[in-house]
Amino acid sequence: MHIPKDTLLWMYERMQSIRTFENRVKVEFGRGKIPGFVHLYAGEEAVAVGICAHLSDADYITSTHRGHGHCIAKGVDVRGMMAELFGKATGTCKGKGGSMHIADMEKGMLGANGIVGGGPPLACGAGLTAKLKQTGQVTVCFFGDGAAEQGTLHESLNLAAIWKLPVIFVAENNGYAESTPVHYHCSVENIADRAAAYNMPGVTVDGNDIFAVYEAAGAAVARARAGQGPTLLECKTYRLYGHYEGDQQTYKVAAEQQKFQHERDPILLFRRTLLAGTLVSEAELKAIDERVVAEIDAAVRFAEDSPFPDVQETYTDVYVNY
Amino acid sequence: MAERVLSFSQALNEAMRQEMRRDPTVILMGEDVAGGANVEHLHGDEAWGGVLGVTKGLVKEFGRDRVLDTPISESAFIGAAVGAAVTGLRPIVEMMFVGFLGVCFDQILNQGAKLRYMFGGKAKVPVVIRTIYGAGFRAAAQHSQVLYSLFTHIPGLKTVVPSTPYDAKGLLISSIRDDDPVVFFEDITLGGTKGPVPEEPYILPLGRADVKRAGSDVTIVAIGKMVHRALHAAEALQAQGKSAEVIDPRTLSPFDEETVLASVKKTGRLVIVDESHPRCSMATDIAALVADKGFDFLNGPIKMVTAPHTPVPFSPTLEDHYLPNPQRIIDAALSLF
Repeated sequence: MHIPKDTLLWMYERMQSIRTFENRVKVEFGRGKIPGFVHLYAGEEAVAVGICAHLSDADYITSTHRGHGHCIAKGVDVRGMMAELFGKATGTCKGKGGSMHIADMEKGMLGANGIVGGGPPLACGAGLTAKLKQTGQVTVCFFGDGAAEQGTLHESLNLAAIWKLPVIFVAENNGYAESTPVHYHCSVENIADRAAAYNMPGVTVDGNDIFAVYEAAGAAVARARAGQGPTLLECKTYRLYGHYEGDQQTYKVAAEQQKFQHERDPILLFRRTLLAGTLVSEAELKAIDERVVAEIDAAVRFAEDSPFPDVQETYTDVYVNY
Repeated sequence: MAERVLSFSQALNEAMRQEMRRDPTVILMGEDVAGGANVEHLHGDEAWGGVLGVTKGLVKEFGRDRVLDTPISESAFIGAAVGAAVTGLRPIVEMMFVGFLGVCFDQILNQGAKLRYMFGGKAKVPVVIRTIYGAGFRAAAQHSQVLYSLFTHIPGLKTVVPSTPYDAKGLLISSIRDDDPVVFFEDITLGGTKGPVPEEPYILPLGRADVKRAGSDVTIVAIGKMVHRALHAAEALQAQGKSAEVIDPRTLSPFDEETVLASVKKTGRLVIVDESHPRCSMATDIAALVADKGFDFLNGPIKMVTAPHTPVPFSPTLEDHYLPNPQRIIDAALSLF
């Protein structure tokens, strides 16, 4: 598989951007700067980035409660995102959505979603629009292993299959639905095995290997764009942190976490592979790392310096007359 | 020239047909809205045109790309309608009976109703969810519910309950053109009722009540088929020398407070007729509104005529007892004099 150098560097930068963003959110949440609760995407970067590498702004994605990574991979501005997390007026959604509802229509980002399994029907709708208008757009529906057990997903897989919708269903299997292991909550070894029931291709890949994700996603996206219908792509990955910030993670096996951090971390693996070749130099990656840190620093400053929304904003963007 | 008369169902059909002609982004989807999908001997024609025939003939004119039969997967296809609305279509989607909301509420409650607000105004959600509601069809507890108060309670949704063919057409066209999600309630017993309906497209603005009968002694606010029972009661009251004004809100969100308050100011008496249950209903909601903003107009208590707090029973004797009837409305009104 040949991947152009600029794509490789773009993917590396987006992965680092997600990791750096999430690590910084962890810090800012600890400082009490972020209201509510947050679900961090760290550890799963290869999935969002390897898939969104095949998409343009015109393509759509639906996301999950763990949506920061999807936003960054789809090109949503990190300054607006950080401001949204801080609840500021300059946030992506004017401070009215927060971590679980970041959306950016101009980037084809149809929203993080606080409801597990909330996204798949919406993805079918976006796919239906593209199909009826014959735009050639595809929609990627990200969902976690927890959502694999929701009826909405199964209904949507069937609907997308019978209507041949240009939708790619991406199972981000990070091993845990909140604290419940996938080997308990899921009836099959691989979530993608269920694709057979819906008469669509089912593919399971190592979700920590950006090359494997990129290759599988390329085939699924090409199939969708060609009007051949949906694919169920499962990416097996790992959640570096807890379900939410503050989760003590007593359900995790220490060796598993250690192994991931030292051997399976997708950024570590990608960096190692890149530097093993001659195409990319360490200096280039270091420059990216520094640029990303500067961007996230700037995003935090922007969020901190931004005003909170005026209370009158409560009454906009909805019909209210009572 | 004689007035053109259509049935309630025909008026709805005409509204959809005219809007689909006007705007190619308007699509229709739901269970059996055409019927017989993929059945070769139908040659693309329909089998049903909706479970009650309301969408009859639409697939013939607009084809199966725009009149989509769905599997019995309400979460998937109502959610898909929301997703299609956000991305540039204007779907009309059928939730066949309103009781089926039990299998798909999330896509309405947490997705359709909230996307525009949660996204800081960046998304429009122009979807109309048409649904059959109401008792009187001997359809028992799961297929006879009213439930419009549940949807009216949810910010982000608009709710429409027409009582006449004329209102049905104008309100459905308004609903299709609205950029917010609208839940459009069609009483199951009104489908065959007839009335004058102009042929040209027209809109009735959401949020404007209609005074169905002018009067001076008592205000009766009634919703859906209760409007007809209230009019029947008003006739009987007239014979007893009491002049009743019958107001049909037509839309529950937005709600036309002004028309109701102005009427109560004039009459000093209020009866609310709501086919729903007595607690947390439109009846209690309108009563609270008038108690808050029109208390000084009232000569006596606000009377509510509702169904009981029970599921809808099947047996005709039980169901007839369950539904508010004109005599109960008359009794409630007379108790105020």
